[in-house]
This record gives sequence, structure tokens and C-alpha cells, in this order.
Amino acid sequence: MPELDGNALAGDLAEVFAVEMTAARFTCGGCRHSGTVATLRVWTPAPGVVGRCPGCGDVLLRLVRTPRSVFVTLGTTRLELDV
Amino acid sequence: MVRAALPGRLSWRAGTVSAVRQETPSARTLVLEIPDWPGHLPGQHLDLRLTAEDGYSAQRSYSIASDWSAASGQVEITIQRLDDGEVSPYLTDVVEPGDQIELRGPIGGWFVWRATQPAPVLLVAGGSGIVPLMAMIRDRGRRRARQPFRLIYSVRTPEDACFADELRRRVRDDPGLDVHFVYTRKTPDGWPTPPKRIDVATINSHGWPPDFAPDVFVCGPTSFVETAADILVALGHDPKKVRTERFGGA
Ligand SMILES: Cc1cc2nc3c(=O)[nH]c(=O)nc-3n(C[C@H](O)[C@H](O)[C@H](O)COP(=O)(O)OP(=O)(O)OC[C@H]3O[C@@H](n4cnc5c(N)ncnc54)[C@H](O)[C@@H]3O)c2cc1C
Ligand SMILES: [Zn+2]
Repeated sequence: MPELDGNALAGDLAEVFAVEMTAARFTCGGCRHSGTVATLRVWTPAPGVVGRCPGCGDVLLRLVRTPRSVFVTLGTTRLELDV
Repeated sequence: MVRAALPGRLSWRAGTVSAVRQETPSARTLVLEIPDWPGHLPGQHLDLRLTAEDGYSAQRSYSIASDWSAASGQVEITIQRLDDGEVSPYLTDVVEPGDQIELRGPIGGWFVWRATQPAPVLLVAGGSGIVPLMAMIRDRGRRRARQPFRLIYSVRTPEDACFADELRRRVRDDPGLDVHFVYTRKTPDGWPTPPKRIDVATINSHGWPPDFAPDVFVCGPTSFVETAADILVALGHDPKKVRTERFGGA
């Protein structure tokens, strides 16, 4: 399974958010590591993607698409967005 | 399936391949005509989606190789063929001028170079990781920007180097651009060192000292990016100034 980084999420995030998200900063709730979203470790098992903290490996972001919606999970909060 | 685009959000659109250019025996550039393309920054990429007749679709990201000028309106991507790959052999061997491709972009805002950044720049490319860095070199050249640029470009053999002639020409014509090649499998005749992977000595001699606080961009296969970024940080570069983009693979 190829390991990518948050740059690879930029397109999916840009379908949902109006600001460029890979330049946004995150702070990991687990280890307090902070960095830009572009530096998350990303695995892409279809049909979704998972972004992990480069400091501790915790899952910080999940993105799953269906034909009508995108589910974005940040921490334990899941957003369902119509696209 | 076409839906109304939400303002400010990205959506899929069709581009037309207007020309193709072979860069190496296994890499090809596609010149794309994309109606209403808003322009892009060097380092950005686009996503491309291929859909088979049965509805199966595959999506991949490709960095934009060209710098943007409204006058030319051109968007180029350069694809390295992976022989066992699903998408890249189609793009390097099958697609022809006139074909339409579904795409979205421009994408990304962190792994980009802006001509307003005053710092010297160090670019470190492994294989196809040269593509977004080439856009930065081209953008700098077109603007005649003054920031000194150094490129360290790791390739397997001399035949695998994309844009080799253009880089040679730019080293001559673009003041303040230096290029150093690293050959991992086979060197040109008369090269002073045997093939080797990128290492501390290479980055130390051909990069900028950490005191210069350069903006550093590292791009290529995941393992290459991790090795190069670790070396840079070990040499004393501020991790926040080392921007990385992983293309995947080994
Ligand atoms: C942000 C971003 C920008 C990219 N820009 C470019 C670009 O400008 N030019 C370009 O050629 N590629 C680029 N890539 C890589 C590209 O998206 C594809 O991953 C690549 O073309 C392989 O796709 P494939 O379908 O042919 O191979 P797949 O069928 O996906 O994979 C085939 C095999 O190759 C391995 N593999 C996958 N990717 C790579 C890789 N990059 N290097 C070595 N082995 C790999 C896989 O693990 C697998 O074993 C970029 C990737 C990202 C995330
Ligand atoms: Zn963490």
C-alpha cells in the first residue's frame, strides 16, 4: 500500500472546502505534534483515504466518497457533505 | 455526470490533449488545453480520472510541469511510465493528441514556490519528482527572478533524466541556477564517482548551508523523500523550511 502525504488529499479537500486545506495547520490531540495538513501520512485504500499524524500515527482525518456525498471525519466528528 | 460547480470549490472538467512530447524512453509530456483554466503556481498538481466503459474508474495526481503565463495558456504534465502500473502506461503510450481527459485542478497550496519568497531555494528531486520542481525553475526563468536556485536531481541513468537539455541550457542562460545530478545505477562516461544514492556528502556539497535558511523542496518516490528530508534535518535545516511531496511507490 503506497504511503503518500497530505498533498495527495488536496484535490478531495478542495471539492469540499473553499480554502486551500493542505496549507492549514493541525495540532494532534494525542501527541500535540503540529504541522501542516500536507505533512500528514496518507494511505489510500479504496474507497477512502486516511491521514495520520506524522508524530504518533493517530488517525486525524478520514475522507470517504460516495456518489452523492463526501464523509470527512476529523478526530471523532464526522461531517457528511453533499457534493 | 455533470453537476453545477459550487463557487470556490473544485470540480471535474474535461481537458484536451493538444500535443505530446517524449522526454525519455519511459517518460512523456502531455500538453493540455483546459478551457477556463485559472492559472497555477509552480508546485501545484492536477488530478486526472480515467473511466472505462463499464464505469470502473481510476484517479491519479500529476504535478504540473509548466509555469503559467496567460499568454501561452498552456498546462503540461510529465508522466513516468511504471511498467506494472495501471494508469501511467496508458498516459505514456496510448493517449494521443485530440483525446479528452477528465481532470480537476489546480490543486495544492503548500508545496508551491512563490516568486515573492526572498530566500535561496534548494530543490531535491528523485526520478519523476523533478516535475513540480521544473515548474519552479521555469517560473523563475520566465520572471528573471533573482533568488539563487540549486537543484540536486537523482536519476538511475543519464538516459532517465527528464528535461536534461533544457536544464543544461538554463544553467547557461538563467543566472544563479545550479544543477547537480546523482546517478544511482549508471553514470555518464568520465563521471568522477561510481553510481550511488543521494547521501549526506551530496546534499552538503551541492545544497545550501542551513545558515542561509533556504526554502527547500523535496519530491519523488516516498523512500527517496524520506531519506533526503532526514539528511537535510540532520544537517541542521529547519524542518519547517523543508517542504516535501511524496509520489508513492517504494
Ligand atoms: C501529488 C502527487 C503528484 C504526482 N505527480 C506525478 C508526476 O508529475 N509524474 C508522475 O509520473 N507521477 C506523479 N505522481 C505519481 C502518480 O500519481 C501515480 O502514482 C503514478 O503515475 C503511478 O500510477 P500507476 O497507476 O501507473 O501505478 P499503480 O498501478 O498505482 O502502481 C503500480 C506499482 O508501482 C508502485 N508505485 C506507485 N507510484 C509509484 C511511484 N511514484 N514511484 C515508484 N513506484 C510507484 C506501486 O506501489 C505499485 O507497485 C504524483 C503523485 C502525487 C501524490
Ligand atoms: Zn500525534
